[in-house]
Amino acid sequence: MLLIPCPWCGSRDEAEFHYGGQAHVPYPEDPASLDDTQWARYLFFRANPKGPLAERWCHTDGCRRWFNAVRNTATHDILAVYKPGEPRPVIA
Amino acid sequence: MTAQTFRLPQGGRISREEALTFSFDGQEYTGFRGDTLASALLANGVHQIGTSVKLGRARGVFAAGSEEPNAVVQIEKPFPEPMLQATAVELYEGLAASSLPGRGRLADEPDPARYDAVHTHCDLLVVGAGPAGLAAAAAAARTGARVILADEQPELGGSLLGTGTLLDWAADVGAELDAAPEVRVLRRTTVFGHYDDNYVLAVERRTGHLGEKAPAHLSRERVWRIRARRVVLATGAHERSLAFGDNDRPGVMLAGAARTYVNRYGVLPGRRAVVFTTNDSAYAAALDLAAAGVEVAAVVDTRPEPGEAARVAAQAGIEVLRGYAVTGTTGEPHVTSVTAAALGEESTGRELAADLLLVSGGWNPVVHLYSQAGGKLRHDEALGSFVPDTCRQAVEVAGAAGGPASLPACLADGASAGTRAVEAEGFAIREPLQLPAAADSATSEPSSPAAQLWVVPGADPDRSFVDLQRDVTVADLARATGAGLRSVEHVKRYTTAGTAHDQGKTSGVLASGVVAHLLGVEVGELGTTTFRSPYAPVSFAALAGRDRGALHDPVRVTALHDWHIAHGAEFENVGQWKRPWYYPRDGEDMTAAVLRECRAAREGVALMDASTLGKIEVRGPDAGVFLDRLYTNMMSNLKVGRIRYGVMCGADGMVFDDGTVIRLAEDRYLTTTTTGNAAAVLEWMEEWLQTEWPELKVHCTSVTEQWATVALVGPRSRDVLGSLAPHLAVDNTDFPFMTWRDTEVAGIPARVCRISFSGELAYEINVLPWYATALWEALYEAGRPQGITPYGTETMHVLRAEKGYPIVGQDTDGTVTPQDLGMSWVVSKKKRDFVGKRSHARADASRPDRKHLVGLLPDDPGTLLPEGAHLVADAPLPEPPVPMLGHVTSSYRSAALGRTFALALVKGGRELIGDRLYAPVGGALVPVTVTSSVLYDPEGARRDG
Amino acid sequence: MSPRTPGADLPEHPDFLWRTPEPKRSYDVVIVGGGGHGLATAHYLAKNHGITNVAVLEKGWLAGGNMARNTTIIRSNYLWDESSGLYEHALKLWEGLEDDLGYPILFSQRGVLNLAHSLQDVRDSVRRVEANRLNGVDAEWLDPQQVKDVCPIVNVSQDVRYPVMGATYQPRAGIAKHDYVAWGLARSADAAGIDLIQNCEVTGIDVQGGRVVGVQTSRGRIAAGKVALCAAGHSSVLAGMAGFELPIQSHPLQALVSELLEPVHPTVVMSNAVHVYVSQAHKGELVMGAGIDSYNAYTQRGAFHIIERQMAAALELFPMFARAHVLRTWGGVVDVSPDASPVIGLTPVDGLYVNCGWGTGGFKATPGAGWVYAHTIAHDEPHPLNAPFSLDRFTTGALVDEHGAAAVAH
Repeated sequence: MLLIPCPWCGSRDEAEFHYGGQAHVPYPEDPASLDDTQWARYLFFRANPKGPLAERWCHTDGCRRWFNAVRNTATHDILAVYKPGEPRPVIA
Repeated sequence: MTAQTFRLPQGGRISREEALTFSFDGQEYTGFRGDTLASALLANGVHQIGTSVKLGRARGVFAAGSEEPNAVVQIEKPFPEPMLQATAVELYEGLAASSLPGRGRLADEPDPARYDAVHTHCDLLVVGAGPAGLAAAAAAARTGARVILADEQPELGGSLLGTGTLLDWAADVGAELDAAPEVRVLRRTTVFGHYDDNYVLAVERRTGHLGEKAPAHLSRERVWRIRARRVVLATGAHERSLAFGDNDRPGVMLAGAARTYVNRYGVLPGRRAVVFTTNDSAYAAALDLAAAGVEVAAVVDTRPEPGEAARVAAQAGIEVLRGYAVTGTTGEPHVTSVTAAALGEESTGRELAADLLLVSGGWNPVVHLYSQAGGKLRHDEALGSFVPDTCRQAVEVAGAAGGPASLPACLADGASAGTRAVEAEGFAIREPLQLPAAADSATSEPSSPAAQLWVVPGADPDRSFVDLQRDVTVADLARATGAGLRSVEHVKRYTTAGTAHDQGKTSGVLASGVVAHLLGVEVGELGTTTFRSPYAPVSFAALAGRDRGALHDPVRVTALHDWHIAHGAEFENVGQWKRPWYYPRDGEDMTAAVLRECRAAREGVALMDASTLGKIEVRGPDAGVFLDRLYTNMMSNLKVGRIRYGVMCGADGMVFDDGTVIRLAEDRYLTTTTTGNAAAVLEWMEEWLQTEWPELKVHCTSVTEQWATVALVGPRSRDVLGSLAPHLAVDNTDFPFMTWRDTEVAGIPARVCRISFSGELAYEINVLPWYATALWEALYEAGRPQGITPYGTETMHVLRAEKGYPIVGQDTDGTVTPQDLGMSWVVSKKKRDFVGKRSHARADASRPDRKHLVGLLPDDPGTLLPEGAHLVADAPLPEPPVPMLGHVTSSYRSAALGRTFALALVKGGRELIGDRLYAPVGGALVPVTVTSSVLYDPEGARRDG
Repeated sequence: MSPRTPGADLPEHPDFLWRTPEPKRSYDVVIVGGGGHGLATAHYLAKNHGITNVAVLEKGWLAGGNMARNTTIIRSNYLWDESSGLYEHALKLWEGLEDDLGYPILFSQRGVLNLAHSLQDVRDSVRRVEANRLNGVDAEWLDPQQVKDVCPIVNVSQDVRYPVMGATYQPRAGIAKHDYVAWGLARSADAAGIDLIQNCEVTGIDVQGGRVVGVQTSRGRIAAGKVALCAAGHSSVLAGMAGFELPIQSHPLQALVSELLEPVHPTVVMSNAVHVYVSQAHKGELVMGAGIDSYNAYTQRGAFHIIERQMAAALELFPMFARAHVLRTWGGVVDVSPDASPVIGLTPVDGLYVNCGWGTGGFKATPGAGWVYAHTIAHDEPHPLNAPFSLDRFTTGALVDEHGAAAVAH
């Protein structure tokens, strides 16, 4: 049970949150202009690093708001949380 | 009933005034309050507790706590419970237990007990209430910090209970902690899991020790879900066994355990003892036993020069065999004699008569929780074991859990760990803890270093047990390394060492030591197996807690639920909702009831509780733009006052949900979703809004439970509604299909929508849920002359299927596009984009053999196809694999059609209309004809009444 | 001495298992990952294709990843033709594997029940049973009383939150003993001359001109004519080393066992809706799988509330388990694909092959996956059975969507 620091509510149990996968994968400006391979990349390919991953969470059972976190997938350490639209923080 | 012939006349932490009767293997005994089952059995001279799982060898009590590998028993009364350690079962009146050949037995009746869980938070959690833990908790508590102290024993003190030292101090500290307002002391509570962010799980055994007197209203066990800012692990150390010949006989016992039986329980584990040790700690046991009247025949010390402790023992008249090891025992099965031989010499050895053999191979810090918490371990050569090194969490180790420590050192270590932890959280020391003066030779700094002896020379490897519970011997380990295995994990699996009930608490390090010895490598290099949660076994029921039976998952009911029950509805689970399925009348089966309900809806008037449909209000100046992006069709051009059906796809182009969209105002829409998908659709909307299109000014609010919805259906519905809604022009011109009106129905403010999911003239009447029953009863009353009939989900499904309306999740399965459903009309060609549009252009989406939703008519109008049946082209069936064309998604008996029919997803189905296919059903092939999915009123003539 | 508990001891492992060779400088084929699939691939490369200049590189100990962590359920009752073809091929191999390997794998065909708890579950179940039968896979639909007949301890009372409304039953399905399977495959590969190299972590993949030429490892560079990735949860990391991406995500998956108990559970029961899968292993412990954790992780450690939910679900179905005890929990890392089906085939790099994306269900495919993967490696093109499971399907959209049939429970 991770303790996830919601940027709006503070730290809450993982069970209150919904996971949203990799962050910073914008919906394409013009999907029609993409070929099948590019569209497949958007649909199905997400980063899966062993290490820090910028990812999306929604505080479903709290404020219902989405936010981004950088979490180390090899340790579960949450290195940063930030609001949607903000750039991914530089983590040393 | 036998006398407690091995009970000392005085001493111990037992209540001698409270005698308890219990039975073991059918024989009655007495013990005292404060005993464990093991101590009570030993007091009665019962040593053999069971037989080993693989070899069937007699086994006795080996330890005195939750590290016990041998004495695992079956509880018979008051309620059957498998595989409990006799050393951890508190004695109670009426306890009946029996020995086990290594496997437990579950009750075949339901467990009547209650279990629950508590969430709590603290500044500091201290695990273990021995000297270090007590000092840590007390020092921290004095700062005013919120402290939890958890210990598995019923009494605080930890190792002090076994050594008999500082018990007054422990009691004083316990009283101080109990009285401190911010402190919670959890006795009988085993911390079993240490997870990320100091999320720590513990189980409190609350009433089990009361036996049949346990109050039924109290939870028997309680799981504590503790979130601690800091944790101090003061978990102590487990004594290690030694591997020598026939070291598994009853009468062989860990030295510290024997000391505990004497001091804590006032029990003599034997009359004449030999002590076999590699370190100083066993000398204290020897002295305590001698003081209690046990004849100590000899201390067999593997060290040639054991030092001060040996000198003290010799002075007390105990023979010390220096540089000796025990190579074997004899007894049938209980130990009657012990053979000791000088190490490094060819000698026949000495036979020592004894009924008790104490062993001490050193001490293993209890690092289980530390390791679970992500702590790294390092091998300590002097200790011969693994000790904590670094941890990425805010966890400290205090006392013997961190390595060898004298009692004064444990106390000081604990106090400083507790202080450090709460100071780090910003608490200030107001009143420092005064530590007691402690002098205990057993736990003082070893006067001479411990030795490690993994394999006793001259001992029979086939009878030198490493893991008692799994019957794993030195020979077994040698066989594993001989087979080419080099990893301790492989050896564990080859031999099953360490996988039993005790999870290798007393044997794991020994096994690593033996394997390292056999491979000629360092133990530290070999490493240890992983420590996994739970630290000690936890009952399924405790973990399930209250989430059972009716509380397993919340039940959602509508405002009309009581009416449905009163009118005999059968219910269907739809997600968490209970929905009326059908309303059987006396003597009616489901088929008859549904046919009757369908007829009423098609021929007269019927009503259904549609409140569970998801309802989301989408509001804001950009609401139309937003909905245009999510629905396949256009919503922004919907006029206020009108309603449109819409479909949503996932980005993969597959149908995700459908429903109606009502435009309430320029900037306000009310969308409906399927019952099961309401939450998912809201989350879907929020995800897009918040993460992709934050620039859109839109708010989404679930209003599912803010409205009760009644569908009033059938050609006579207009009459019924008209009679109750005097202000509403109900005729088709003034109130056309797919429009809505705010009005009053039966005097209740209502929003009435002309929506039909049956193809009939129909209205959906929405009111505040408080008025739902009043509305429903008014409609029911007003419709009585027309024979108004309540109907459930089954009839709803039949009616919609006759019209070819798909149910998302039944006629779709996540691989179906709107085009597959024959709903190209709902997919906008005008919009530049909507979620899913690009996927419709992929190669696979335009295959001509995609599965289309079509209707099926069995040749025999009485044959009902099973939903899920498949369709094949030819009869008879060829050998498998048989090419399948599709499957039946919905299948019903239709009152309106006077026959059965089905919907199916069929490859290229729209091109097959009129063709004959076959459905294999129960070994036969049922011929069917493919039809349009719309079988009833294809012209749509009935919707306006 | 008392008699031994019947069935409490398992067959002994053989006196010799495998060598501990030093890696050579070069191999025809390097298999990255010494788990069940890697070892099976090695076995079939030797047996079916005569290719034995092969190394299996394992970063830890052989079969210590998901092979050592799964709940050993074997079945082939998948919905889609492509899946049932692959898994049924595997099941047929399971049925002969003990003889093939000369190793007791304790394959117990005790049947698997997949429970239905809602009307839609029933429809989906019947659909799957009918599809299975037409594909030649043994399958039956059982009503609640028949479920009770097969597994008397299942609670089929209608008075529970989500009553059992029936089940699919595959009699030929069952369980096997995972270590025995892995070790049998390893011994066979070793005996064929294949080098099983442990404590050898691949740290880089050497590609020249679009073709793989070798791997960098913690024990030095090893040249290779062909490289076959077979590392389950770590596949994305390896693919990244070769410069391409996989459509998979790695998640923790937990499981647990109870103490040894007298036999009570004769079959295997799985429930997607109530999230349970449980069998009673040969020695008597209840083996149960829990749900998958929602987030990506490589930690081999999940969150405990998943286990708690699992226990609540277990007691709904099996009230008699109330006082059984959880002895040990553990976690593995599973690689989940978008359509809950695996990827086995070619990659954008010549001579480099991938086998991943099995999610929670890789164990049951072990021999079948090894067979078709060995074929793919030997012929540089997929076997007909794994052709549908190409990387390409994510571009065309021709997915093999097994979410409905697979869901959490495998």
